[in-house]
Amino acid sequence: MVEFVLPKNSRLTKGKTFKAPEQAVNVRVFEVYRWDPDTDENPRIDRYEIDMDHCGPMVLDAILKIKNEIDSTLTFRRSCREGVCGSCAMNINGKNTLACIKAIDDYQGVIKVFPLPHMDVIKDLVADMTHFFAQYASIKPWLETQTPPPADTERLQSKEERARLDGLYECVLCACCSTSCPSYWWNSERYLGPAILLQAYRWLSDSRDENTGERLDELEDPFKLFRCHTIMNCTDTCPKGLNPGKAIAEIKKQLVTRHEG
Amino acid sequence: MIFKSPLARAQGLGSANKGTGHWWMQRVTAVALIPLSFWALNLLSLSFNADYQETIAWLDSPFNIACIIAWIVAVFYHAALGLQVVIEDYVSTEWMKIVGVWTSNLIFAFLALIALIAMIRIIATG
Repeated sequence: MVEFVLPKNSRLTKGKTFKAPEQAVNVRVFEVYRWDPDTDENPRIDRYEIDMDHCGPMVLDAILKIKNEIDSTLTFRRSCREGVCGSCAMNINGKNTLACIKAIDDYQGVIKVFPLPHMDVIKDLVADMTHFFAQYASIKPWLETQTPPPADTERLQSKEERARLDGLYECVLCACCSTSCPSYWWNSERYLGPAILLQAYRWLSDSRDENTGERLDELEDPFKLFRCHTIMNCTDTCPKGLNPGKAIAEIKKQLVTRHEG
Repeated sequence: MIFKSPLARAQGLGSANKGTGHWWMQRVTAVALIPLSFWALNLLSLSFNADYQETIAWLDSPFNIACIIAWIVAVFYHAALGLQVVIEDYVSTEWMKIVGVWTSNLIFAFLALIALIAMIRIIATG
């Protein structure tokens, strides 16, 4: 059955507190989820007081400040620090987002930083993305064709055909949407989740792709696709402003058209 | 130790190649139930305000018989489809899920059958 309560070894405990320097006047408090696989201890919440007069404006800046100046044991993923790599996806004050493009001033009071929900944790804020990326590979996220490419040009697309990929290709696979989806929490073993289905629709929408029927065959499944019940957490949380909920609805419409049209 | 690759795990048993009909019929029965349920309010009102013979007389028209039969079929079909989704969502143990879905389907089919037989008997015998 679905687990509504955390197992005993996942229950949170109170961690350490790291005080701000005495001369700091502009202090914000960050409570950060910590878990170390090398100990038998339960996860804990460490409390960091940060001098905002010596910190950048984004949540990732604060986390980097903790790592660099306060507590080097804090573990997290980051790379581009401008919202294009998708590495620093985490749950900040209850909502999944990219720490690098989320301003600290958007929040009031204590800022709580957790790893992406309902994923196995490798350490601290690092979630295990293996299954997520394997699901991405399973939808064959590349152009599939039977017609040989033109001898002297690339495969052409009109501006209108290219425009159909807008709102789909921008996804950075940060998994904020998938890990905000209760259907993905309960059934991620089989349900592909909004991020992967958005990408499946990206290839269904590509005018150059010649594998639409086979792609729809692969998606037509009570679990892979139809676990989506359109609650739209995905669209609400997407840090890139994309709409996976609509993409999933479009896939369902294509399947209905194939059956009933 | 498990050496199965992540891709093999993600692919699982592959696609069932069904699900669209289930999803579509859930919407079709939902839309059908909007006018039918407004109609059923009449029957509900009669059950509170009229006696048995008056209710039977009202039901004894082709339109009203068709409506009550359509309402019974749509309501139990819709309930069965919906509860199946709830069971699939929340029950992850495979055998419990399969038994649960079929138990719920059979119960709803049985309830629909009872309702239909009751209607036919009422209409036929008055």
